[in-house]
Formats: sequence, C-alpha cells, structure tokens
Amino acid sequence: MKFLRELLFPLAAVVAAFAVGAVVVLAVGDNPLSTYTLLIGSALTWPDGIGYTLFYATPLIFTGLAVAVAFRCGLLNIGAEGQLYIAAFMTAWVGITLASWPAWLLVPLCFLTALLAGGFWGAVPGVLKARFGAHEVITTIMMNFIAVALASYFTQYHYKPQGDPILETVPIGEGAHIARLGRFVPGFPERIPLNLAFPVALLACLLVYLFLWRTRWGYEIRATGANPAAALYGGIATGKQIVLAMSISGALAGLVAVNEVLGYRYRYYDGFSAGYGFTGIAVALLGRNHPGGVILASLLFGALLRGGLFVDIFTEHVSKDLVMVLQGIIILFVAAEALFRRSSRRRIKSV
Amino acid sequence: MTIILILLASAVRQATPLLLAALGGLYSERSGVINIALEGLMLAGAFTSATVTHYSGNPWVGLAAGIAAGVLVALVHGVACIRFKADQVVSGTAINILFLGVPALLSGAFFESTGATPQLPQGQLMPIAPIVLAFVLVPVTWYVLNRTPFGLRLRAVGENPEAADTAGVNVARVRFAAVMLSGALAAIGGAYLSIGQSSLFARNMTAGRGFIALAALIFGKWRPVQTMLACLLFGFAEALSIQMQGVSQVPVQFIQIVPYVLTIVVLAGFIGHSRAPRALGVPYQEKR
Repeated sequence: MKFLRELLFPLAAVVAAFAVGAVVVLAVGDNPLSTYTLLIGSALTWPDGIGYTLFYATPLIFTGLAVAVAFRCGLLNIGAEGQLYIAAFMTAWVGITLASWPAWLLVPLCFLTALLAGGFWGAVPGVLKARFGAHEVITTIMMNFIAVALASYFTQYHYKPQGDPILETVPIGEGAHIARLGRFVPGFPERIPLNLAFPVALLACLLVYLFLWRTRWGYEIRATGANPAAALYGGIATGKQIVLAMSISGALAGLVAVNEVLGYRYRYYDGFSAGYGFTGIAVALLGRNHPGGVILASLLFGALLRGGLFVDIFTEHVSKDLVMVLQGIIILFVAAEALFRRSSRRRIKSV
Repeated sequence: MTIILILLASAVRQATPLLLAALGGLYSERSGVINIALEGLMLAGAFTSATVTHYSGNPWVGLAAGIAAGVLVALVHGVACIRFKADQVVSGTAINILFLGVPALLSGAFFESTGATPQLPQGQLMPIAPIVLAFVLVPVTWYVLNRTPFGLRLRAVGENPEAADTAGVNVARVRFAAVMLSGALAAIGGAYLSIGQSSLFARNMTAGRGFIALAALIFGKWRPVQTMLACLLFGFAEALSIQMQGVSQVPVQFIQIVPYVLTIVVLAGFIGHSRAPRALGVPYQEKR
C-alpha cells in the first residue's frame, strides 16, 4: 500500500508534464498524440529501441544514485556533471598511460580511477561544507565549470591526436575495453553500445540500498539528512557524514566513465555528457531518492532520450529539445511536492 | 596603450550581462529566495528579445517582450517556491533545464533552425543602452535597498521573515515582487547578449553567464557596489581570455576558471567571509 502511494505522485507528475508538453507540441504545430507515439514507440522496439534506451539509462542510473545519496544526507549535489567529467578524463588518462597493461589489471584499475576521481571531486565540496559552511550548491556549480575546463585543457594541449579536428584524446589501450552485452545475449547485436556498465549500474543500486538501509554508516547519513541537530545530539559526527555522503555521491557519478570511456567511445571525448549530471537530479527526485525509483526513472528518461532522436527526424516541427522541456516540467512538478519535506526539515533545524 | 583601452572597453561589455543578471539575483536573494535560475531567465530574455525584434523590427519592442518573458518565467519560479514552498534550488534547476529546451524547440518551429534566430540588421540592435542601464542600476539598487521602504521590507523579509510578518509586512508579496524584478533584470542581461553584443540568438548563448553572475553576487557579498566590482573583475577575465585566444602561451581555460575558483575561495572564507541573507532558501509559512 505504501509502495503504491510512493508511486502515485511521481506518476501524476509525469502525466501532468506530458499534458503540458502536449500543449507545447500543439503550439509548435504538430500532433501531440502522434509525436508521443513516436517518442515512446521508437524506444520500445527490439533490439535497437530497448538496447539504446538501456544504454542511455545507464549513466542516468549512476547520476541519479549520486544525487539520491547526497539528498539522503540533506545535500543537493548539482556537481554530478563535473564529477563525471573529471572521472571520465582521469579514467581515459589511466587507460592511455598504461595502455599496454593486461585487461585483468587495467580494467579494475580504470574502474578504481573512475570511483576515486569522482569521489575526490565530490569530497571537496563536502569538506568545504563541513569545515567552512560553504553552501554545497554553489561550490558544486563552480566545481562543474572547473572540471570541464581542466579536462578540456589537458585534452587539447596534451592528449589530442595530431591534426584531429575533434576535441578528444587518443584511444585507451585495448586492455581497458569492457565487453558489450551483445557478446552474451543471443540475438542482441554487438553494434548496440549497451555494455557491462549496465549490470554494474544495477549492482550499484543494490549496494546503495544495502548501504543506506542496512549499515551503520548509511543510517548515520540518513539521520544527518533527516535532522542534523538531533543527529549531532545523538552522537553522530554530522560533518564526517557530509564528507562521506558527498564522496560516495561523487564516486557514483564517476562511474559514468565506465560506461562512456571503457564501454562506448574508448577515449575521452570533450563535452560527451548530454547533461547527465543535471538529468540525475530529475531522476533522483522522480525516483523519490530510492535506488528502485532511480532505476524506473532512469528507464523513463533513457527512453525519452532515445525517442527524442526519432522525434527530431520524423516530425515536421518538433525537435529532440522536447525531451529537455519535458524534463524541466517534470522536475518543477515533483519539486513543488517532494521537497516540501526537505524544506520543512530545514525549518526544524533553524528553530 | 590602445590595447589596454580595447581590453577595458571589452571588459565593460563582458561585465554588462553579468551585472544585470547579478543585480537581478541580488533582489531575489536579499528577499530570501535563492535564484540559480538566472541562467534560464537570461536565455528566456535573450531568445524572446531576438525573436520579437526580428518580427517587429524594433529592438525596444523586442526588449520589452524579453522583459515580459523574464518576469513570466520568474513568476513560475516564484509560484513554485513561495506559494508551493518547493525547494528553491530544485525549482531553479528545473527552469534552467526547461530554457535550454524551450528556445531550441520554438526556434525550430518559427525559423526551421536548430536553435538560432535569424540575423538582425545592424540598425535593429541596441549595443549601448543596456550597458548604461546596468551601471546606472548599481547606485539605484543601493538607494532602493538602503533608503526606501520597499528596500527595508525586502531586507527584513530576507533576514527575519517572522519579525517582518509580525510588523505587518506581507512576506509573500515582497518576495514575489523581488523574484519578478530579478526576472526582468536577468532578461535584460540576456537581451543584451542577443540584440546588443551579437545580432541573433544562438543555442545556449549564455554559456554559463547566469552562473558567473551568481558567483559575482556571492563574491560581492550580496551588495550592489561590490557585486559590480566582481562583475567587472570577471568581465575582465573574460575579455582577457578573448584577446589572448591563440596569441598567448597561457591556455584560455585557466583564465576562464578564475571566477569559479575565486568564488569557492571566498565561500570557504579564506579571503573575507561572504555571509548570505539569513533566511535565504527558507520558505516562509505565515502564522495565522
């Protein structure tokens, strides 16, 4: 019963957003019904539609989880975008520098790099908040720009192939590649880039669930988020929990690098993220900051990203930007309710 | 010598959209409403001004439409945050994402383009007026904040809404006014980009200026004059990186990150602590 109630509001928000979106489509001069049929229908075909939907959902699961973990600690991590960029670049760097290493060593090393680089980029705003009281929203926004600039600098000046017009690094070593799912699933072509990062993402959801609800650290993080004053009074070092939550959050966002660098492009590609970090906020909100909800919301947004490409090509006027519009409206609708709790919590703190 | 003059003039031009948006953010945040939607508001203003100028042939009509769009979008933010007590950061993020999409969607429908509006002729641009306005607004904002009843109420609502409410101030109304004002100013900042500095709207043409404006506001400790100085500093950094493109040995990326690094340093309290309005980000529940 409680489960159904939890599901009801996000569903209502999605339906309302699609209704507003329909008005926009109509205003632009297309038929909303056929546009939506195309949008959703093209995401559900086998194997391409479903394969690409899952492929697009993978980074969103990581960033959605990242935002959700921070949220559970009462923090809003707008920095997933920067965390995933720095992680992707560092992962590619390890894959390039140690290109000749064997796969059994290089893959885990790259994996670890993604976790550590993202985790570090998340930990910095955590420390700034815990130690100096700097608001994590502002610092993570600033860290996003710094991450993008740093990655683009190193790519442009140190790791770009000679004469390449595109801003990207040289390829990583073969040993760092991870397999595409087509190799394991019969009837699923290997040209679809869905790779081992997807099962890793599902595993991450399970681990985050177990961590938050079945361990002491997880409990302390949630206690800090629910009521920092009470948590502090109860003997929880809230500052430490903030740093921990932001580090885990950053590490999860960093795992996007596994999908992008190890499983898809095999190099760092400047500007690869289609706003995954920001969509992660929508995913976490819509998924009620719960790993299960994050999976469902990621599938929805993954499907929209896939379907958006078809809307772009096959409708008269509507472009794939419709997906962005829908996303924005969904967040607005969810925010007006879901975050009422968050703000009421803050009031308790301030009294 | 001339190079320095060129650089300074360029710095003032680069600072203008930042200053307009930052002053907008100042009104909103001093009233207690976080406005990270500045980026989206600027985009709304930039797109609407360029589009309406294209159809009307008059930049003033375009600017007015841009302001109207900014106010309208800010109103959405206000309704979500003030009326429905949504998380202000989340609502702002939603608006930023929304207005990455809306102009692109509409320009596709109006102009069959992938996010740009048609080029405007030189005579339909306003390259000077927004600059003058931005810098005139600095003392005006100082005066409004510190010498008028509205400014007093605004600050009271942002620092201690309970006390303001008890004294008979309508907290929600003051905050709505402040948020709408911030929409108008940010929209002018955006309009300057599309019908002042350049001659069309391009996809995501603000390129993070809304966030730099926010950084300048924090760097300027939520005060008008300091905020202007911060905008000039950041504008100078931008002008420098444009002038040095391809010329100097220093990579532009390093100059571009200066505003962001400085903001973090200031927020952490390493050079002079920047204190936010006390009730910033806290929705107010009327007691009755």
